[in-house]
Amino acid sequence: MKGRTVHPIWIALAALLAALLLSMLVGSVSLSLVDMARVVAARLSGGEIGADLRVADTILFSLRLPRTALVALTGSALAVSGAAYQGLFRNPLADPYLIGVASGAGLGAVIVLSLRWGYDVAGLLAVPLASFSGAVLTVLMVVSLARVGRSLPVTNLLLAGVAVNSFAGALTSFLLLRSTGELRRAIAWLMGGSSMGGWQPVLAVLPYWLIGLGILMTMGHALNVMQFGDEQAQQLGLPVETTRWIIIGVSSLATAAAVSFTGIIGFVGLIVPHLLRLLVGGDYRRLLPLSLLGGAAFLLLADVLARIVMTPQELPVGIITALTGTPFFLWILRRSRSLPYWS
Amino acid sequence: MLEVLHLTVRYGAKPVLKDVSFRLADGEILAVIGPNGAGKSTLVRALSGILPPECGSIRYDGRDLCALSVQERARLIAVVPQARSLPAGFTAWQVVSLGRTPYLNWLGQLSPADEELIWEAMRRTDTQHLAHRLVGELSGGELQRLLLARAMVQATPVMLLDEPTTHLDLQYQIGLLNQMVEVVRQPIAGNGNGKAHQPAALVVLHDLNLVARYADRVLLLVDGCVQAYGTSVEVLRPQLLSEAFGIPLEVMRSPNGKYPLVVPLMA
Repeated sequence: MKGRTVHPIWIALAALLAALLLSMLVGSVSLSLVDMARVVAARLSGGEIGADLRVADTILFSLRLPRTALVALTGSALAVSGAAYQGLFRNPLADPYLIGVASGAGLGAVIVLSLRWGYDVAGLLAVPLASFSGAVLTVLMVVSLARVGRSLPVTNLLLAGVAVNSFAGALTSFLLLRSTGELRRAIAWLMGGSSMGGWQPVLAVLPYWLIGLGILMTMGHALNVMQFGDEQAQQLGLPVETTRWIIIGVSSLATAAAVSFTGIIGFVGLIVPHLLRLLVGGDYRRLLPLSLLGGAAFLLLADVLARIVMTPQELPVGIITALTGTPFFLWILRRSRSLPYWS
Repeated sequence: MLEVLHLTVRYGAKPVLKDVSFRLADGEILAVIGPNGAGKSTLVRALSGILPPECGSIRYDGRDLCALSVQERARLIAVVPQARSLPAGFTAWQVVSLGRTPYLNWLGQLSPADEELIWEAMRRTDTQHLAHRLVGELSGGELQRLLLARAMVQATPVMLLDEPTTHLDLQYQIGLLNQMVEVVRQPIAGNGNGKAHQPAALVVLHDLNLVARYADRVLLLVDGCVQAYGTSVEVLRPQLLSEAFGIPLEVMRSPNGKYPLVVPLMA
């Protein structure tokens, strides 16, 4: 068994490394690996950075590195919370976007942003917190709307998700249009473009990401047991209700972290866990860490595409993930009955 | 010993179990029989803590089960559910390994001793060769044996089996019940509390002739009430059964004279 566990993790790590490199090097101004190596070497040796490297240095460390970090955090948070929602609802179509949680988180973020579009640390920390409240409220609303007795039918979940999704979306658009801030930036946010630069958003998201994903990484066994249904899970000794609330809480925390500064980015939470399930099977103890690595790699690649498709203009990354995600989603929908890894 | 006293359970306003009392001694096999809707599955769900009793008590060796945590209870009672809608993406080995859940930490890390136990249970239920196959590829009989193995590694002093033979061919029914008897006669080691108990089994069965063959005692439930409780010779009597099932039944002796045989009378 051991050889099989090590293998996919290394592949995912390699993919992530490649995506990180691409994200650092490719953009409206592309750098070569040699340039990057020289800048890093100059920084490490602590010496003066030569005039010829100043531009490369600024691009790498002031622009690309924080953006790469934010995108990687966002992608991993979306993919892991997607995998967790799918396991929690035992539904292959659950994803923070489809069940409306992401829009709820977005609405929370926009409410705070419209109050104070501020750049100080307190203002920035309030954004993920508001997203988190929005995410938890939405998931509670969707689940209670979709619930029939003790069961949670797929159709109901999706319908309630879509309804709440469009409601929250409309409120968000309304607030954004009313805001006195830059409209273009707001719209880019809605479409999932990382509109804010610098290290502050990264630092503001990091604590939520660490707590949310840190706890989710330990939930693999519990999620495995929950795949057998609430009744069997309890008979196997898992406190089902408590576990469910923990997973909802931390998944919403992770979603909030992802959404608060990069905007609405759909389908990452759907594509990545499903591809991984096809590759490695349904064991959540593997699926969760692999989703973390794969989600980061996938969103980084999408972000690279978003930067180069229309250079010098940038596309919001949400457009890329939706363009690749929608066909994939429809394919899953058609196949979901016959998928070998899902009953 | 599992002791159930005056157990009453409701679904909403409707009582589905009324004043049910019985005892299940260590090493005993108790068959629960009765027509559909009599409350047999409800009894399994109440004993395993899914449905809270409205009144009455469920005790094991004097400990009130309702006061225990989910995890502690899962160390005393294991359930073999009917094999349906199992998650298709797990391997057979993973399914059995989840039986160790009540003894594991939050991460679910298995010790070498746990793994040894899992292999032993799979050997004894003849599922060893399936270990790396996916659940989605297995037959009903194979799945039912896996669930028995999962309950075995839970290493509890009480095992509840909810219609384990439904949907199985005759040879698999006999095979499964033989394996159940073997678990009771020769328990698996691995209960965290170190006390070696001879486990007891409560099994819900439809086939009355299998009941006669396998059960030490029989509980006849009708409409949520205990209609009869005793040895198979005491309970499998034509008048009791005909009344309970609403059709004329006759009870004969098996050719070797050892077991009662229940046969419906043709009009």
